[in-house]
Amino acid sequence: MKRKSRFLVTMLCFGFAFFYVPILSMMVFSFNNARLATVWGGFSTKWYAKLFENDQVINAAILSVKIALLSATFATILGTMAGLALARFKSFRGRTLFSGLVTAPLIMPEVITGISSLIFFIMLAEWVGWPAQRGFATVTLAHITFSMVFVTTIVHSRLSEADVSVEEAAMDLGSRPWQVMKDVTLPIISPAILSGWLLAFTISLDDVVITSFTTGPGNTTLPLLIWSKVKLGVTPDVNALATITVCVVGIGVIIAGIIMNAAERRRERDAQLAYQANL
Amino acid sequence: MTESPDIAARHASARPSKGGFLRWFNRRGWADITIATPYVWLLVFFLVPFIIVIAMSVATRTPTSPPFGFGGDHPLINTATYERLFSDSLYIRAFLTSIRNAAFATVLCLLIGYPMALGLTRVSKSWRNILLMLVILPFWTSFLLRVYAWMGLMGNNSWFNKLLTSAYNIMAPEEWAVRSIQMMNTNFAVVLVTVYSYLPFMILPLYANLEKLDLTLNEAAEDLGSRPFRVFLDVTLPLSVPGIIAGGLLVFIPASGELIIPGLVGNPSQPMIGRVIQDEFASARDWPMASAVAVALLLLLVVPMMLYSHFEAKAHEKRAMEP
Repeated sequence: MKRKSRFLVTMLCFGFAFFYVPILSMMVFSFNNARLATVWGGFSTKWYAKLFENDQVINAAILSVKIALLSATFATILGTMAGLALARFKSFRGRTLFSGLVTAPLIMPEVITGISSLIFFIMLAEWVGWPAQRGFATVTLAHITFSMVFVTTIVHSRLSEADVSVEEAAMDLGSRPWQVMKDVTLPIISPAILSGWLLAFTISLDDVVITSFTTGPGNTTLPLLIWSKVKLGVTPDVNALATITVCVVGIGVIIAGIIMNAAERRRERDAQLAYQANL
Repeated sequence: MTESPDIAARHASARPSKGGFLRWFNRRGWADITIATPYVWLLVFFLVPFIIVIAMSVATRTPTSPPFGFGGDHPLINTATYERLFSDSLYIRAFLTSIRNAAFATVLCLLIGYPMALGLTRVSKSWRNILLMLVILPFWTSFLLRVYAWMGLMGNNSWFNKLLTSAYNIMAPEEWAVRSIQMMNTNFAVVLVTVYSYLPFMILPLYANLEKLDLTLNEAAEDLGSRPFRVFLDVTLPLSVPGIIAGGLLVFIPASGELIIPGLVGNPSQPMIGRVIQDEFASARDWPMASAVAVALLLLLVVPMMLYSHFEAKAHEKRAMEP
């Protein structure tokens, strides 16, 4: 379509300005010298220095990363299994319920998931005496549960568009179904598994609502700490913290994107070479 | 496919003791494990909590700890909580505020997101990848911090507010001039920040849908003499209905239960449903009411929307199949 509509281009520019002006403004004001976060008072990096002296912030960040690493790993294992189950096993008992269970957390308002997890953990403590206190374990369990379905979505969609004939060929050559899964299917979906892990990691690292329902005293994650600070208003040190977070995540995502793009291209080139060699 | 005999022999001789388990695992055990593990996990940690909430909503509130009674002296199904829910204007108002804010946000997302998604399908391929990345990037960065970014912009002393105020003062008659526009703590702020936070959820399904459309249809319509806007109305728009529904659902449902955005920039005297659930549970310690509000939110909003989208998508498929 060569005749590009001027209206569409304008909307794109407007949309991207809308996306990025608030974030850029926040970054600029993190270098503000003034105490008031919204009025410019000269350049300064003192809020960053203050941030690194703050043990509370550092401890919260460490806790958040621990929970995110653990929950993303389990969520990826469970989510990949669920994605395989949905894409490769077309009929098993209770498949309808299963696909419902996999979609529901995606769309459920977080507050409902949060309150039901909280009541569940309280009742569990009543009935079996565990968890005596909510904290690291309960937050991690809740994060695994609601981030695994995102992994499932990614793995499932990747498997549905993957070429089944490769798996069939392996089967025809005498591999058992389990070997096919291990040697053919899993390598094919490994980029999807990796991006699923990344997504689960950032979802866990970012979550406020479900964490606030399932955590207990003394277990404040970074988003909860920011949440309690932000409720009091805009302050320059939160701006600094936000800038660091946005930069770390942004750079991480861009690097991951480049690596995965390169891997994808190499795979395509190899496939093409193999094809040409066989002609 | 049968294995060559020597491999089969090796299989048999190498692991005679563990053969039972391995045979089971290789034959169908791995499949059973693949299905059962996530299934059981979701049943225990997602469905069971949910059933407990439903049971809790018909339990009786008591001054004990935990603050509810179920069965025994109390009626097995106590509908008093639901009666209170549907007669107290606090809850009804909260529902209406949530629906109104979420609906405005969804419509605005559509009005901004549709042209953007359409624009994305019309730019060159290398640009498209960069722009798509730019759409997804905010989605990866912290939700909380994106809301926070707007708090900085909307405050009465911020450059953005001053810009808007002076633009307003130039356009409005002199006697209507204001010193600053009150944006924080209003429903307007909630809608604005909701649009900002959920726009990628509208753009991505729309883009996925629009990208697949067959442009030869547009060309055919143009050759037959339609003007570009007419082509859009008659060809592109009807074909993109599934994308619109998917995007609308992804924005409307989470927006209606939103807790963070109204908590930070909303009007505290007009709570939305999420706040009501949290307050009933934590401050009022009325667990049956918190559960009943959650169940009502689900039954009144989420389930009907999902059913609607399901049947609309089916109907659309059917219409598309007809010649």
